[in-house]
Amino acid sequence: MNRSTIDLWVGVFVVAGVAGLLFLALKVGNLASFSTSQTYQVQAKFANIGGLKVRGPVKSAGVVVGRVTDIRFDNETYEAIVTINLGAEYQFPRDTTAKILTSGILGEQYVGLEAGGDGVMLKNGDRLRLTQSAVVLENLISQFLFNKAAEGKPEAKEPAK
Amino acid sequence: MQQSAAAHPIVEIRKLWFGYERSRPVLRDINLDIARGSVVGIMGQSGCGKTTLLRVIMGALRPSAGEAKVLGHATRGLDTEGLYAMRRKMGMLFQFGALFTDMSVYENVAFPLREHAALPEELLNDLVMMKLQAVGLRGAAHLAPTELSGGMARRVALARSIALDPQLILYDEPFTGLDPISFGVIVRLIRELNDSLGATSVIVTHDVQEALGVVDYVYFMAAGRVIAEGRPDEIRSSAEPFVRQFVNGSSEGPVPFQYPAPGYDADLELASH
Amino acid sequence: MRVADVRARLERLGAGVTTHVLRLGFASRFLGYLVMHSGTALKRFRLTTAEIYFAGVLSLIIILVSGMFVGMVLALQGYETLQRFGASESLGVLVALSLVRELGPVVAGLLFASRAGSAITAEIGLMKATEQLSAMEMMAVDPIARVVAPRFWGGVLSMPLLAALFSAMGIFGGYVVGVQLIGVDAGAFWSQMQAAVDVRNDILNGVIKSVVFGIAVTWIAVFEGYDAPPTAEGVSGATTRTVVTSSLAILFLDFILTALMFTGGTHQ
Repeated sequence: MNRSTIDLWVGVFVVAGVAGLLFLALKVGNLASFSTSQTYQVQAKFANIGGLKVRGPVKSAGVVVGRVTDIRFDNETYEAIVTINLGAEYQFPRDTTAKILTSGILGEQYVGLEAGGDGVMLKNGDRLRLTQSAVVLENLISQFLFNKAAEGKPEAKEPAK
Repeated sequence: MQQSAAAHPIVEIRKLWFGYERSRPVLRDINLDIARGSVVGIMGQSGCGKTTLLRVIMGALRPSAGEAKVLGHATRGLDTEGLYAMRRKMGMLFQFGALFTDMSVYENVAFPLREHAALPEELLNDLVMMKLQAVGLRGAAHLAPTELSGGMARRVALARSIALDPQLILYDEPFTGLDPISFGVIVRLIRELNDSLGATSVIVTHDVQEALGVVDYVYFMAAGRVIAEGRPDEIRSSAEPFVRQFVNGSSEGPVPFQYPAPGYDADLELASH
Repeated sequence: MRVADVRARLERLGAGVTTHVLRLGFASRFLGYLVMHSGTALKRFRLTTAEIYFAGVLSLIIILVSGMFVGMVLALQGYETLQRFGASESLGVLVALSLVRELGPVVAGLLFASRAGSAITAEIGLMKATEQLSAMEMMAVDPIARVVAPRFWGGVLSMPLLAALFSAMGIFGGYVVGVQLIGVDAGAFWSQMQAAVDVRNDILNGVIKSVVFGIAVTWIAVFEGYDAPPTAEGVSGATTRTVVTSSLAILFLDFILTALMFTGGTHQ
């Protein structure tokens, strides 16, 4: 086993290994999609963010236009402050609504943006004024039960008048 | 008592004690000199401490007490730099050669030269061939160590140990397991190389008769001490009982035949009858 | 008498623990010395390249073949279960995440430990037993720098590449079985995979794992070889210990790293 043969095979091995890593990064992972493009940041406050996580997607019309980069709690207004990075190529009006939606029925939660009609666009550091919080299953159920109970009540109240 | 003390001895050992543990010394109060240019034998029974003494000279073991001065360096306080500087002037032949099995004969002999001297390939080639010629194995340069016989392997190892023209060559049991011809070759090489390189050789062995034929001076060891020393003829005619037993190879003497044991009757259970 | 028995047992246990702790300490100092004296291995990179060949290239066949089979089995087993929930299009996600996050680094690490790790231990152990290391020391060449360090770096550099190739082959194997044989939609296979596998979270973490495993396995392999008693039984015992200790270390480290890396969902 002379030196040049060893060198050749080691070279082949290293190239193959790096190729394997590149394959994993590009074809298997999502490196190609969203790394070095220009982004700008906006913030939104929610009463309840449900299961939204950092790095969750931000979609509009179903297309991924950004990522959630930070989630904090405002101790004064007792709301969640979500910071979003939007791709620079996507411009949204100032009165865009941000809603927390779920992918599918039991999927992960994401931020959905619905464009408004304002002529002025969002800039870096702006705040989204219109937000809708996540739907919490327990609240839904208790709402449903309450409604069901309220249907029976008006008849009972009549005689007291 | 000492040999020609004209030149400064290449190895000076004074009041050397060594033990792996404090309570059990392996070497006790050793005093010896090895004069420049001589071939000195250190002989004794297996387990007498002669290999340990060789390791102290090599610098692999540090004295527990006393002093060992080799090539002018005191091995006690030597740091790694100093140790390696000392070893570059020494060569050692291990018992079974210890050739690097992943390299050819040529590469084995070239190893010390490559590691310590940045030589152009042609010069390196000449030096390696010269060393192999000196041990008579120039034709085997491209063999692998596994293709060599025991005697040949030892000769290649010898060529490797003299690659840097050492001033002191150490031999650890060089005659073990050799056939008579290889044996004669090694004996001749020890003498020839010592004289042609102007070096000093120390041979640790228990092959008495053979060694007495090649050395200039002998130190006899038993139980960690030097119990006798002298020129070969002095040793042969020595009256010291242990030396006599060793030189004559008799089974009875200061070293008894029977390993110490309680009464024979007790073991045979004859007493119970 | 029972108190004496118990006491004797405790003493032996204590002695065993102390021996292991001492050995771990020695191994740590050994690693430190090795890293500090890696100059030769890096300057004369030829030595390290030769070791990458022996540890990495010669392990390629077993890694590629095993990777492919693991991927194929994942696809088979995964499909069975996923199609019961109507989620068979997520097969790509299942195969890719299992391989990249866990099976790639771990299984490749275990295979590496048994093939290359044991070979390294045996080689160094035999060199010690035949006095080659002492001979080197006598020629004023530090055997740790010349023999051990190149093997260490060769192993550390080979492991991540082998793990990546294992995962890649596994995904390919999963593709062959899932798409070609079973009939899962190719588009769904790849697109869902790409959406679910994150480069930073999954692939990078997998690479980090394989680097950590590589360091652990190669460290154990070179240490056991260097510390082996210079006899036949000593070397064989050391080789066995390398494989066993490396395997346990990989599984233990995998737990720790997974807990650190992949349960990040519990805290935002």
